[in-house]
Amino acid sequence: MNAIFAIIRRDLLLAMRRKSEVLTAVFFFVIVVSLFPLGIGPEPALLRKIAPGVLWVAALLATMLGLQRMFAPDHHDGTLEQMVLSPTPLGLLVGGKIAAHWLLSGLPLVLLAPVLGLQFGLDADALGVLMLALLLGTPLLSLIGAIGAALTLGLRGGGVLLSLLVLPLYVPALIFGAGAVEAHISGLGAAGHLSLLAALLALAVFFAPWATTAALRIALE
Amino acid sequence: MTMKENKLVHWFKYASPQSFYPLAGKMIPWFWALTAAFGVAGLWISFFVAPTDAQQGEGYRIIFIHVPTSWMSMFIYIVMAGWAGLGLALNTRLSGMMAQALAPTGALMAFLSLWTGAFWGKPMWGTWWVWDARLTSELILFFLYLGFIALQAAIDDARRADKAGAILALVGVVNVPIIYFSVKWWNTLHQGSSVSLTKSPAMAMTMLWGMLLMALCLWMYSIAVTLMRARAIILEREAHTEWVKVLDEVKS
Amino acid sequence: MLTAHGLTCVRGERRLFAGIDLAVGPGEWLHVRGENGAGKTSLLRLLVGLMHPAAGEIRWDGAAVGELGDEYRRQMLFLGHHGAVKEELTTLENLHFAAALDGAELPEREALAALHRFGLRGREELPVRFLSAGQKRRVLLARLVTRKARLWVLDEPFTALDVKAVDMLSALIGEHLGGGGMAVLTSHQAMPIAGGRVLQL
Repeated sequence: MNAIFAIIRRDLLLAMRRKSEVLTAVFFFVIVVSLFPLGIGPEPALLRKIAPGVLWVAALLATMLGLQRMFAPDHHDGTLEQMVLSPTPLGLLVGGKIAAHWLLSGLPLVLLAPVLGLQFGLDADALGVLMLALLLGTPLLSLIGAIGAALTLGLRGGGVLLSLLVLPLYVPALIFGAGAVEAHISGLGAAGHLSLLAALLALAVFFAPWATTAALRIALE
Repeated sequence: MTMKENKLVHWFKYASPQSFYPLAGKMIPWFWALTAAFGVAGLWISFFVAPTDAQQGEGYRIIFIHVPTSWMSMFIYIVMAGWAGLGLALNTRLSGMMAQALAPTGALMAFLSLWTGAFWGKPMWGTWWVWDARLTSELILFFLYLGFIALQAAIDDARRADKAGAILALVGVVNVPIIYFSVKWWNTLHQGSSVSLTKSPAMAMTMLWGMLLMALCLWMYSIAVTLMRARAIILEREAHTEWVKVLDEVKS
Repeated sequence: MLTAHGLTCVRGERRLFAGIDLAVGPGEWLHVRGENGAGKTSLLRLLVGLMHPAAGEIRWDGAAVGELGDEYRRQMLFLGHHGAVKEELTTLENLHFAAALDGAELPEREALAALHRFGLRGREELPVRFLSAGQKRRVLLARLVTRKARLWVLDEPFTALDVKAVDMLSALIGEHLGGGGMAVLTSHQAMPIAGGRVLQL
């Protein structure tokens, strides 16, 4: 267990020392979300209607930015080999890497989303549901994304390929995540969406590290 | 015990590209013949036997292509994932080749399904595209196929390509039902009672037969094409081996 | 005791080597030699378990390494072409995190002693980015000391080391073997370490 915390601490420390990467993804999120009113027009009712979808799609794209660098630096400098050869099971270390990715590129989005939601005229309750949905959904994005990142490790055109692989798999997260907020706004209640999101998260927690580990071993062979 | 072992050995014999290659070569003409037979019967029923639809006129006949291609696109993905899983579990070379050979056909089926869906949509609903649950999941399935093909194309080492593709196919096959139900859920939430491709009024028995025959035709076609593609992949990958060098088609 | 029998390695469509037998016992080391592209690195990667042999088997103390898993990896240390050091972290942090990923505790005193031994005194708090190539390799040598492993598998450990560091490493390997350790390494030059056997690929 200590190894997981060590790898999370190490990745956070590395991110602190090269701040630009984390901040780029966060600014990307803010900018993409802010562009929509400019493209669509400032009509409050329309903005309120598209807000959940826009915020979620922007969140998907923003997490994609960090994905490519999830294993690439470790692969490049040989740390990944050491992780595979470590007595600690690789699945745990990969779990730590995924957790670190979420802390760096998922959690900031969860915290920023209400501010951006305000721009779109969402009320306090809807903002709460939005945060909750993102809190459940962004770890799911990191988990699924890790599989794609491991599969495309070291390939030419890896970045574009990664989005081609991962974005279709993000569809359920998008539907339930954005759907939760919409359902809440329309008075249907978000509980169903949120529990489905939680179920998907539980499934991914068990399945994704396994698939990622297998993909990493293949990439190194 | 010994019988079981014998059987296992027997199966592994055909799992080697060297013995699969001639076997596939012998099977291909038969599957083409079956394709033609089912195709003629299916098209005959769909064009001449099936009655003109009271509401939709003649245009509805495109479902005889549309529905079977949708079925095939989903079915092929499952078969592909099955081969992929087998390849990971048993480490047989042929499995990866079969998965690779299936992918383009699956993508073609998904594409045809989308294409014919659009052709059907225009006269029926006055629009090329509706965000119907089935069409939307078909679109995502098409993306999954493209991802699989692109991943395999990006990896130079054939063994790594097989294994990486296998993991992606397995992840995909777990996700396909999730995606399908999420899209369906999304669809009912947003459109309520929407137009649906399957809600045609009480399907006549002849129509069902037409679709089944066309599905069988596409099935045979998929097998034939996949075997041909698998043979090409075997030649490509095993080009350095002795048994390929002595083949008639390679020598000439 | 590390033994391998009938190892065959296929990369892509090329067979690099076939039917390699080897055995390394306590206090012995194996010098893997061969031309560029002969498969030296591949052999080492097979031995540590990063790759799987097309044929043959590898045993550690008589048991297949695939079955030993963590147990084997705990007693084995591999240093590859890449240093596995993080440029942004200090030398000391690198040692600590490397140990922590293995689930081991590394006392500060021990880590400092290792760094000092390899002439990195005064650079404990310096990000590795600011070190020269040779000094970076020295961080790896410090890792050899801090990670207690019975089997060392080293790929070109003498690259980018100056004369003094080469002596240090030779002494270190000698010490390791003297304590009943084992080593497998690749290198172009002949090495002044006793108890060696040569495997020509």
